[in-house]
Amino acid sequence: MKKPVKLLNELSKPGRRACSLPASDVPEASEKIPEKFARKEDAALPEVSEVDLIRHFTRLSQLNYAVDVGFYPLGSCTMKYNPKVNERLSRLPGFLNLHPYQHKDLAQGALELMYGLKEMLCEITGMDELTLQPAAGAHGEMTGLMVIKAALEHRGEKKRTKIIVPDSAHGTNPASATMAGFEVLVVTSDERGNVDVENLKSLMSDEVAGIMLTNPNTLGLFEERILEIAKIIHDAGGLLYYDGANLNANLGIARPGDMGFDVVHLNLHKTFSTPHGGGGPGSGPIGVKEELAPFLPKPVIVKEGNSYRFDYDRPLSIGKVRSFYGNFNVMVRAYAYIMTMGSEGLRRVAEDAVLNANYLLERVRENFVLPFDRRCKHEFVISGSRQKKENGVTTLDMVKRLIDYGFHPPTVYFPLVVPEAMMVEPNETESIEELDAFSEALNAIAEEARKDPELVKNSPKTTPVTRLDEVTAAKRPVVTWITEEE
Amino acid sequence: MSSYLPNTEADRRKMLEALGVSSVEDLFEDIPKEVRQKGVGGLPGPLSEDELVRHLTALSERNCHLGQCVCFLGAGIYDHFVPSVVDAVVSRGEFYTAYTPYQPEISQGTLTAAFEYQSMICELTGMYVTNASMYDGASALAEAAFMACGVTKRDKVLAAKTVHPEYREVIRTYTRFRDVTVEEVGYKDGVLDLEDLASKLDDSVAAVLVQSPNFLGVIEDVKTLAEMAHDKGAMLVVSADPISLALLEPPGKLGADIVTGEGQALGNPASFGGPHFGFLAATKKLLRKMPGRIVGQTTDLEGRRGFVLTLQAREQHIRREKATSNICTNQALCALMGAVYMASMGKEGLKDVAKLCYDKAHYTMERLLERGFERAFGGPFFKEFTLRAPEPVETLNARLLREGFLGGYDLSRDYPEIENGWLVAVTERRTRREIDRFAEMAGGEKK
Repeated sequence: MKKPVKLLNELSKPGRRACSLPASDVPEASEKIPEKFARKEDAALPEVSEVDLIRHFTRLSQLNYAVDVGFYPLGSCTMKYNPKVNERLSRLPGFLNLHPYQHKDLAQGALELMYGLKEMLCEITGMDELTLQPAAGAHGEMTGLMVIKAALEHRGEKKRTKIIVPDSAHGTNPASATMAGFEVLVVTSDERGNVDVENLKSLMSDEVAGIMLTNPNTLGLFEERILEIAKIIHDAGGLLYYDGANLNANLGIARPGDMGFDVVHLNLHKTFSTPHGGGGPGSGPIGVKEELAPFLPKPVIVKEGNSYRFDYDRPLSIGKVRSFYGNFNVMVRAYAYIMTMGSEGLRRVAEDAVLNANYLLERVRENFVLPFDRRCKHEFVISGSRQKKENGVTTLDMVKRLIDYGFHPPTVYFPLVVPEAMMVEPNETESIEELDAFSEALNAIAEEARKDPELVKNSPKTTPVTRLDEVTAAKRPVVTWITEEE
Repeated sequence: MSSYLPNTEADRRKMLEALGVSSVEDLFEDIPKEVRQKGVGGLPGPLSEDELVRHLTALSERNCHLGQCVCFLGAGIYDHFVPSVVDAVVSRGEFYTAYTPYQPEISQGTLTAAFEYQSMICELTGMYVTNASMYDGASALAEAAFMACGVTKRDKVLAAKTVHPEYREVIRTYTRFRDVTVEEVGYKDGVLDLEDLASKLDDSVAAVLVQSPNFLGVIEDVKTLAEMAHDKGAMLVVSADPISLALLEPPGKLGADIVTGEGQALGNPASFGGPHFGFLAATKKLLRKMPGRIVGQTTDLEGRRGFVLTLQAREQHIRREKATSNICTNQALCALMGAVYMASMGKEGLKDVAKLCYDKAHYTMERLLERGFERAFGGPFFKEFTLRAPEPVETLNARLLREGFLGGYDLSRDYPEIENGWLVAVTERRTRREIDRFAEMAGGEKK
């Protein structure tokens, strides 16, 4: 399997094709494309046979690691199993082949599903109203912050231009704040890995619009003083934004709405089991408290008797953040997942996710530095700083070695507040045997780092390619096969 | 539910024991009591797999899908044929259950396919670089507007009124909180009004945003627009239909600085408006100003070719609030569908699809013109065109629906100045028989 992969343009041969199209049954148009608009040189798309095409992409697929292949403990990514029945249901023609502008009477099933999903997500998060429009988590963040800004402006508080973000936050938080026209203030973490409440107080002013928090935070730790934080923000006239990346730990345990959050975004592709697709499509609905509902993107779905329609008459709405209604087919999968799990099942999800994470931490704690030694929630962060100092082996080296053991690496070098960080999220769909095997591998690597550091530094060895030269890739970018030919 | 939860009661007890706690509740002790829940209240379910399939099948059957009616509706989402190879490829768990390719050694499948996607999008658009996908055509255009503002250090964009109304609405929302002004440029005979453009175009303008073929179906004169924009130091951003680019000169060859678009037509089912993918391609000069993920070619330690996410210093996980955009998760699997589609059609096939659309759209228009409809604009079009109907579109479409046709887009809300304006889309899937019957029903049998 190690033979080099040819790219489609290298497989191409004039005259081959992988499609069959109908012969034209209409006369050629007498109106020709004006010469100045007509394409002069054909787009050099590859010419391959259907069998070439399938073998090519099948071969490519075999170069990927995936949840269907094995344990994928990427922190804050919630790589849980993606149920197959949901894939099947998402492909029902009555969901897959709907035109977004077809009359509402021809799409009542779709609208009912979206309305039902909205209601269930409100219940799960403790929010009053919700939009399904944002296409991904970061898109939801941006949308939620725009809603906050619109609401504050509506109140006449235009000078509230600052958003507080923890130093442990994901990069999308500050980037989304910029997209929504906010300035970012960074609040530090305390010695327990939580928001430093004293530092937070010192940041408060009448220019603060609110705070963005992930809870459990990116260290996998619950913000124990969340109610106090909420009071500080609300008393100062600000609003609380909940980043739903880590909602898996809270299902049926504690709702963001009850903690004092005013806006919540969810990642259906994390918590609600829809596949990541190698980087998308996701879906990032946002839920809000009643006061903010008028500012949500339009349209909103309303139910009248037994029928559903889109309501565009929303004078205070921020407008639209993407075309149409969002990633509908992702919603179908999330809806199916919630219906499968039910109330009790979702609670079990959180319990097992948290139990798995604590158990796994217990199994590896001896060999690694624990920056915050306390009960974690659905994920934990350990540091490879001891191995780096004592053996010259970095976290990157160790996780590359994990690949040779057959596992996907955890998230690394994040959050930024922990040096040599490894952020491990074993979710509820992994068994104790899988956790044991992973912990044995990680402990074995810690041992190898001591005894044979070169072995670890030269990993991975078993992969289709070894470590890649990212520096040259960025210095002399080759971003298409056309650039390569130049 | 338990089929997704492998741990047994015995496993749980063993784990709790290892942790020295007696119940799972103990793991949540650090959560304030006031907010602790006993479980989510009031959700339906749980359903077994068979019950679930019945329930969702019943819901799906309350919709009328494109296999049950004959679609002449477009306005951004089109009923193109999707070959079986597309779903065969993206149904592979190795593709759809993978995460973003942060570990390149075990993600060469996703990375290589994205590199091929980028190459084919650049072939089609005539541009130097594209990212690995955006959310959709609308947000891609909005991000392009920000790119232009960043590069030109100007804070005003001009958007043609012939750009998709929803795209313009997204641009207004994106720019509203960032002190970027959006001014609309009117249209004349279905294309951007050059006089209006000239009067609004000055050295405060970062970019002119146009769509071609535009929302009303007409092909814009991209070359002239590019020259006008460049004269004032502004950029030209073109939102294009990727299928049309098999026959139309790519905007990159006509002077466009950024080309965006909705990729749905490339192998993605209509799916009630999403998920699909947006594309954003640009000139070499803009390489380091791009939003989103870009895949680049490099070599491994043994000198073998490989692919990685590159130029990441632009992105949010490195640059945080100074990033070119906040986009993280994109629409990778939909872009993969686009890549498989483009490879499946290939150089000749995509031209054939485009030619079929072109001929059938023109045939359809002729049939309708014979039946009392008037062509609203004289300019050349590709697969979609605007007519003035002899009656309000709402009644026309209602009548067509009774005969099993999804009629064209009703322009009365967005373009009330076009009396009984009707935007009809015709793809390669429409047969002569369907078209003849459609024209007959649209034109005749008035009571």
